[in-house]
Amino acid sequence: MLSESLRFAWRGVTANKVRSALTMLGVLIGVASVIVLVAAGNGASKSVNATLSSLGTNTLTVSPGAATTTGFGRVRTNQDAAANPIGTLTRPATLSLADADALGDAAAGPAVAAVAAVININSVVASTGSTSHTVASTVATTAEYLAIANDTVSLGRTFTTADDAARSRVVLVGPTIARDLAGGDGSGIINQQIQLNGTPFTVIGILQAKGTTGARDSDDRLITPLTAAQDHLVGYADLSSIAVQARSTDDVEAARAQVETILDNRRHTTATNRDFTVTTSASMLSAASSITSTLTVMLGAIAAISLLVGGIGVMNIMLVTVTERTREIGIRKAIGADKTGIVMQFLIEAVLLSCMGGVAGVTLGVGLAQIEIAGFHAVVSAGSVIVAFGFAVAVGLFFGIYPATRAASLRPIDALRHE
Amino acid sequence: MKSPVIAVSGLTKLYGREETEVRAVDQIDLQVDVGDYVAIMGASGSGKSTMMNIIGCLDAPTSGTYRLDGIDVATLPDRELSRIRNQKIGFVFQNFNLIARTSALENVELPLAYAGVGRRERRRRAVEALTRVGLEKRLTHTPAQLSGGQQQRVAIARAIVGSPVMLLADEPTGALDSTSTTEVLDLFDQLSSEGRTLVVITHEDEVADRAKRVLRMRDGRIDSDLRQAPLDGPPPRLSLRREAS
Repeated sequence: MLSESLRFAWRGVTANKVRSALTMLGVLIGVASVIVLVAAGNGASKSVNATLSSLGTNTLTVSPGAATTTGFGRVRTNQDAAANPIGTLTRPATLSLADADALGDAAAGPAVAAVAAVININSVVASTGSTSHTVASTVATTAEYLAIANDTVSLGRTFTTADDAARSRVVLVGPTIARDLAGGDGSGIINQQIQLNGTPFTVIGILQAKGTTGARDSDDRLITPLTAAQDHLVGYADLSSIAVQARSTDDVEAARAQVETILDNRRHTTATNRDFTVTTSASMLSAASSITSTLTVMLGAIAAISLLVGGIGVMNIMLVTVTERTREIGIRKAIGADKTGIVMQFLIEAVLLSCMGGVAGVTLGVGLAQIEIAGFHAVVSAGSVIVAFGFAVAVGLFFGIYPATRAASLRPIDALRHE
Repeated sequence: MKSPVIAVSGLTKLYGREETEVRAVDQIDLQVDVGDYVAIMGASGSGKSTMMNIIGCLDAPTSGTYRLDGIDVATLPDRELSRIRNQKIGFVFQNFNLIARTSALENVELPLAYAGVGRRERRRRAVEALTRVGLEKRLTHTPAQLSGGQQQRVAIARAIVGSPVMLLADEPTGALDSTSTTEVLDLFDQLSSEGRTLVVITHEDEVADRAKRVLRMRDGRIDSDLRQAPLDGPPPRLSLRREAS
């Protein structure tokens, strides 16, 4: 009996091919978008994680501002109000070179291996005589930074503490800038002078390529010694952050405690009113993955709505089909089909439609996920394929029940009389 | 003596309520024996369609009893009625009621499919029935590719394929031209002479003339009951032909 219902249902699907195809389209788009969006979310999450773990697992970052404001300045809390009654000037949260030097004190911070002061400079234009390039990211720092940040040069040399001390105008350029300014593979830029906001700097090395993360090109960057930058690019600006390297991965938490103690002592703060934040790469990693997984779930949920809409499309068409085929239902009932037979036929027809839409959607979704968009490589998860397809079938079943029972409860004489 | 195919007593069907109440069928007693060929005639509104629906187990009477082939069907649930219709009755409708976009063969197989007959057996019997109505060369044609007369013959093949106790035809020639009408009526004559029980609802004298027994209905009652040929003989047209030759 089941095989008969299946045959009748298949005939129903193939009887009006255009309409069946259009009905499937709804489910197809739903399933494909669930798969593609979840895959894009996964891809984004993987690429962010990869970028963060390339920073190394034993680095810490000290940034100005309390944890709640994540470095964008200090929010005045009740505790602040108590400590600094209104009318007294609240010192803006800053980090200075002296802070960085204090962290390098081996006696106070035995778990700290290296410290580098960092100033991020926006809006640097690098130019040669003929071309100019607006740099996405410029870092002014000390020689220790390169080791802490896992940065190496593919060509030329890195700068040293001697360069820093001599306040020499040298610069390391990312491969993108090298190619842009020198043409070809960019190697011609070594030992050439380029202008940074009008001041000549000598290119001593090309940084190892890091690739792109999403829409951001990680190779569009410069690294200069802090002293030279202070002289010619930023003046004596506050530090953007201090990069700290722990002696080993196991020492990260000890290093964090020592950094906090040293800075608290210098700044007369405690855990409750601290005006700086210490972030470890592990904490950044977990924060980033919680953000990206939320993003993935959200994208999936949005796509699931379109799948639901596709299901309603199936129900609409099935209702139209039932009305259109009232007479056929009457004939079938007259010559011996019972309720179960009719329900099965129309339910299977709805499930067939959504299944076929589901299969096409999986094919399309997996296919689309292979295309690299904006540097993301989408990662298709087997779970999303199974869930999307299962959901499509469930949608067909659920939205098929109403039309099918409506078909089955038609009285044969009414159905036969239907024109 | 076998039990009659149809045994109806005190059959009444009401439509509407109170002031708008209509007695479509009013206290009818009727018995149709095995092998009979009965035409039920009447103008529209006489109750013959209601009669057909009740006899065909498509509708339930308001009161009275109806035994079909010895089974009391007046009180059966929907599922059982489906089974009864499938096994006891072969329907032929005025507008053929074949399933569109489906071959003649598959249309004829349909009652057997619902009866749970295996695929191969079903195919064999459907081909046999279509051969019986002279359509052995039209097995794969869909209704749209067949003439009205051919479609009605497919419908008759579908009605006889399950060997039901009764063929129930509702205005079987109402949508046919005169040539096709003759074809269909000749087929009915043959089926009758083979001993099948036929009940034909019609308003055409041409159809009624072929039956062994003619019932005329008016206002929900049987007005006259005329026997044109003996129950166990051939139908009148065939016996005439036999006498002539």
